[in-house]
Amino acid sequence: MRDDSKTPLLAVRDLHTYFHTFAGTVKAVNGVSFEIGQGEVMGLVGESGGGKSVVGFSILGLIDSPGRIEAGEILLHGQDLVTAGEARLREIRGREISMVFQDPMTSLNPLHSVGRQMDEVLRLHSDLDAGARQKACVEMLESVGISRAAERLKAYPHQFSGGMRQRVVIAIAMLAGPRLIIADEPTTALDVTIQSQILKLMRRQIAETGASMILITHDLAVVSEMADHITVLYCGNVVERGRTRDLIANPAHPYTRGLIDSIPDTTHRQDRLRQIPGSVPDIRNLPRGCNFRDRCPRAQTLCAEQEPALTQQHGSLWAACHFPLAPGETA
Amino acid sequence: MFAYLIKRLIQMVLVLWVVSVIVFLMMSFTGDPVFMVVPIDATDAEIAQARRLLGLDQSLLVQYWKFLTSLLQGDFGRSYVFRQPAMTLILERMPATVEMVLVAMALAIAVAIPLGVYAGANPESRISRFIMAGSLLGISLPGFWVGMVLIYLFAVHWGVFPSSGRGDTAELWGIRISLLTWDGWHHIVLPAVTLSLGTMAIILRMTRAGMMEVGRQDFMKFARAKGATRSDVLYKHGLKNALIPVVTIFGLQLGDLIAFATITETIFSWPGMGKLLIDSIYRADRPVIVVYLMLVAFIFVVINFIVDIVYTMIDPRITLK
Ligand SMILES: Nc1ncnc2c1ncn2[C@@H]1O[C@H](COP(=O)(O)OP(=O)(O)OP(=O)(O)O)[C@@H](O)[C@H]1O
Ligand SMILES: [Mg+2]
Repeated sequence: MRDDSKTPLLAVRDLHTYFHTFAGTVKAVNGVSFEIGQGEVMGLVGESGGGKSVVGFSILGLIDSPGRIEAGEILLHGQDLVTAGEARLREIRGREISMVFQDPMTSLNPLHSVGRQMDEVLRLHSDLDAGARQKACVEMLESVGISRAAERLKAYPHQFSGGMRQRVVIAIAMLAGPRLIIADEPTTALDVTIQSQILKLMRRQIAETGASMILITHDLAVVSEMADHITVLYCGNVVERGRTRDLIANPAHPYTRGLIDSIPDTTHRQDRLRQIPGSVPDIRNLPRGCNFRDRCPRAQTLCAEQEPALTQQHGSLWAACHFPLAPGETA
Repeated sequence: MFAYLIKRLIQMVLVLWVVSVIVFLMMSFTGDPVFMVVPIDATDAEIAQARRLLGLDQSLLVQYWKFLTSLLQGDFGRSYVFRQPAMTLILERMPATVEMVLVAMALAIAVAIPLGVYAGANPESRISRFIMAGSLLGISLPGFWVGMVLIYLFAVHWGVFPSSGRGDTAELWGIRISLLTWDGWHHIVLPAVTLSLGTMAIILRMTRAGMMEVGRQDFMKFARAKGATRSDVLYKHGLKNALIPVVTIFGLQLGDLIAFATITETIFSWPGMGKLLIDSIYRADRPVIVVYLMLVAFIFVVINFIVDIVYTMIDPRITLK
C-alpha cells in the first residue's frame, strides 16, 4: 500500500461503459468521474437504470459481453484497472475491492456450505493453512453477529434468514481485509428493522478496518446517514456531487431536489408523497441537451440545445445544470 | 428418513400392482395364445383342452387372481415356446441388455456433459453452434436409421466393426459379460453408439440450458467478485447447479434407453432381453412378455428411487420427507 495522501484510494475518470445489444447501444455509464479517499463512504444514488450497478461492476472488471468499458480510467492507488489484465484483476477482486450484492437470497451458492464459500476467499487470497483459515472464518462470522459460528460454517445458505445471509455476504466481503467495499443496495431486499441492523454492521466494519465504501442505493435517506460524499447519477451521467451535508440541505440540481423531496417524511404526515414527474428517458437514444429537461420544472430552451457540464456551485457542490438552484431555493 | 423409505416402498408396490393390472388386461385382449401351442391341425377338443390347461377358460377375475398370486409366489409362468420358466429366460438375456444400456449411458454422459458445459459457457462461439446443430440431429434422427447407416458404413463398407452379435463373453459370478473381452467391446461399439445418440443429445441440451441459466445467477458473479477464476466459477459453482435438472431426467433417460434397446437389439441381433421381447411378441409368448414388462417396470421404479436419493445428496435444500 502506498503512503501517499495526495492520491485518493480510488479515482474514476470519465468512465464510459456501453452495452452493445441487438436493440442498439445502451450507454449505461457515459462519462462518470469521482474520487474516494481512504476511509471515506461515498453514496452513489439515482433512480433505477441510472447506471449505478454498472459503475460498480466496471470497477471490478466484471462487465460481461455485450458490455464493454469504452473509455476512461479507474485508478486504484494510481494503478489503472481498465488496462490491468485479468490476472491482476483477480488479485484485486475480493482482496482489495470486494462487493456486496442487493439480494442475499441469490448471492450465495445454494449447493455449497457457508464455510466453503468463506474459505474460498482465503484460499484465493492468503497462504493460511486449513486450520488458520477455519479460525479466521469463525472470527469473521462472529464479528458480523452470527452466534455459534463454528457450527454455522457447516450450514447451507437456505438454513439462514435473509438478514443472516446478508451478514454472511458481508463477512465474505470483509474476510480478506479489502480497502474498498462496493455495496450495491445491500439492504433493499431486507425488511426495515433488519435494514438498519445491516447498515450499522457495515458502518462498524468499515470503521474498524479503515476501509472505504461505495454505497449504491436509490434511498437518499440511507445515504444521508452513512455517506461522507454523495454522487448523483442520472442516465449514466453525474448530475451532482458534493459533501453529504451540503447536498442534502441545499442541492443545486433540480433532480437532486426532486429525489430529496420524494423521501417520505416520517415526522410530518404528508397527504401525498411528492415525486419527480415523468420517467427516465430511453437511454438507447438520448436526445441532445440535458437528459433531465423533460421532467425539470426549470427547463428552458437552452436545456434542449446544450448539454450542461459539471460546474462548481455553492459550498462543496458540483452540478451539471444550466439553471442550478441557489441555497434555500426550491424548484 | 425411515418414514420416507416406508412411504416410498408402499408407493413402489402400488405402482407395480397397477402395472400388473394393465399388463394383465393388455394380454387378455390381444391375440389368443392357444393357437401358438396347439398343432395346426388340432381338433376343437384338443384346443379346448389346451385352453383349460393354460387356464384360459376361466373368468378374467379368476385368471387375474391366479396371475397375481403366482407372481407373488415368484412363479412367473413358463414360456409357451421354450417350455422354460419365463423369468429364467429373461434373466439369462438381461446382462446383455444391461451392459449395452450402461455403455450407452456412460457414452452419452461422457460426451454430452463436457460439450453441454462448453456450449452453455460460450453460447456465442462457432464451436457451440456446431455442437448444438449436431445435437439437433441426434434428437431428430430415428435410432433404427442411424443403426443401419452405421452398419453400412462401419461394418459393410469399411469393415472395422462387426454388425451383429455379442462376440466373446467372459463369465463373472455366473453372468456372461461382453465387456470383459476385447472382442465383446468390439461388438458393443456400434449398438451402444446407436442407442446413446438420442439420450446424448437430450442431456447435452439440458446441460447447456442449465449452464446458461446458472450463468445469469447472482452467486456466479459474486464468486467472480471474490476473485475466483472463470473456470473455477464455471465448474465449482456452476456445474453442480446446472446438473440438478439433468439428474432429474437421468432416470427417465435410463428408462428410455431400456425401451429403445429393443429396437437396437433387433437391428444388431444383440441377444438381450429386448430382442427376446420382440421375438416373444411375434410368437405371442405371453408369459415372457408379461415378465419382461413387470421386470422393466420394477427397474424403472428402482431407478427413480435412486435418482431421488442422489438428488438429496446434490442439493442440500431437498430433504427426504
Ligand atoms: N447486461 C446488460 N445488457 C444490456 N443492458 C444492460 C446490461 N446491464 C445493464 N444494462 C443497462 O444499463 C443501464 C444501467 O443499469 P444499472 O443496472 O447500472 O442501473 P441501476 O442504476 O443499478 O438501477 P437499479 O436501481 O435498478 O439497480 C440500464 O438501462 C440497463 O438496462
Ligand atoms: Mg442496480
